[in-house]
Amino acid sequence: MPTANLQTSQLDPTTALFNFVVEAGDPLAHEVKQGQILRIVDLEGNQAVDTLFYNAHDYSDRYSAQDTIREQGNIYLTTGTQLMSTSGAVMLTITADTCGRHDTLGGACSTESNMVRYAIEKRYMHACRNSFLKCTLQWKNGLTKRDITSNINFFMNVPVTPDGKLTFADGVSEAGKYVELRAEMDVLLVISNCPQLNNPCNAYNPTPIQVLIWENDVF
Amino acid sequence: MHTDTLWKETVPGGATWSHVIKKGTALRITDLEGGANVAAYFLNFENTMERFNLPDTLKAQHTARLAKGNVLYSDMGRILCSITHDTVGWHDPIAGLSNAALVEKKYGAASYQDHRNDWHQNARDSMLIELGKYGLDGRDLQATVNFFSKVQVGESGALQFIPNNSQAGRYIELRAEMNVLTILNTCQHPLDPNPNYEPKPVELTVKHVGPRSPDDVCSNLCPENRRGFILTDFYHL
Repeated sequence: MPTANLQTSQLDPTTALFNFVVEAGDPLAHEVKQGQILRIVDLEGNQAVDTLFYNAHDYSDRYSAQDTIREQGNIYLTTGTQLMSTSGAVMLTITADTCGRHDTLGGACSTESNMVRYAIEKRYMHACRNSFLKCTLQWKNGLTKRDITSNINFFMNVPVTPDGKLTFADGVSEAGKYVELRAEMDVLLVISNCPQLNNPCNAYNPTPIQVLIWENDVF
Repeated sequence: MHTDTLWKETVPGGATWSHVIKKGTALRITDLEGGANVAAYFLNFENTMERFNLPDTLKAQHTARLAKGNVLYSDMGRILCSITHDTVGWHDPIAGLSNAALVEKKYGAASYQDHRNDWHQNARDSMLIELGKYGLDGRDLQATVNFFSKVQVGESGALQFIPNNSQAGRYIELRAEMNVLTILNTCQHPLDPNPNYEPKPVELTVKHVGPRSPDDVCSNLCPENRRGFILTDFYHL
């Protein structure tokens, strides 16, 4: 295990202004205002939460995996990570993390990539990028496939070795583990609670997650 | 196999280049002096909403580096282009593009007014300008690769730029698997520790290539690539 920056939070779920369970295979699009705290809870363990963020006032300015990795000099996300946008702005900061390591290289599954990775016949299985597209249809406001970009996989474990190998490994998360982020600007949160059945990213058993948001004055 | 060179040019350091590489041809990029970096991005010219997808490329081939045998996947399960020849061995798919703030912080400001064509350029703004020539913008620019550069990931996940990854004369050859809009930029790698603004030139050549042979190094790299070529062949039916 790399250095996991474990950090718990004192926030009380009963004081959250938004408290929502996303079933496995479901999407969620929701705005998070500057200063608000977003918590994502892995309710049953080993669930991949595919997540995108957009500047709520300019969707062309969006989460950038490569800029985030390069600016912090590390491929794993944990407490202290600043999520960078394509324009170089800090979108959110990870303020608590009881899992210790989150991926942003592995991307989201799609029906097309499932055909490549597993078998041509896998085309008809549910996939994250279909959920992302459903988000764009529901959210509208100009959001389309063009805006679907490299995402974060909260709770997912994608180790890279010094000789340049990349694998999808068994999860390091467990039931009740969570990650908490402070929004540094108004952002649009887009989630696909991953339906993947073909690899260990969900322990072959996709499960629900919980999304909570607190106002910035709860402290 | 007909391999006559159809096109040849030198791209100076800090410059941007684009072209629709046609199916049936290949682009060779040669590091002329050693230490070049070529940021690259690819889109399906027939439908630019289909574009290079870095995560699909890495996870299909179980790799966090690019080298001979690897292919570059689009987000639609198809192959945009294939690395059929490579004398470098490691190309960086992780660290992304330099930007205006990074270049000014590392090298200082150097305006066009004061420095003419030696002004300081950055990969991101340059790529956005080039994409604009095709009616595209920042929404169309996703994760990119850096040819000729090596960034190693340590056990803890930390990045380390490895200098001298490429020497003069080293090259990479990309075979187009569809008509692929290719955007290249020769600014320095964003993690290059060289404190001086010294982007290096590369030579580009385009040539005809024959159809894929049964022992093709890219399609035989892994079962995933064989399926990727099946889906790409179907696209052309």
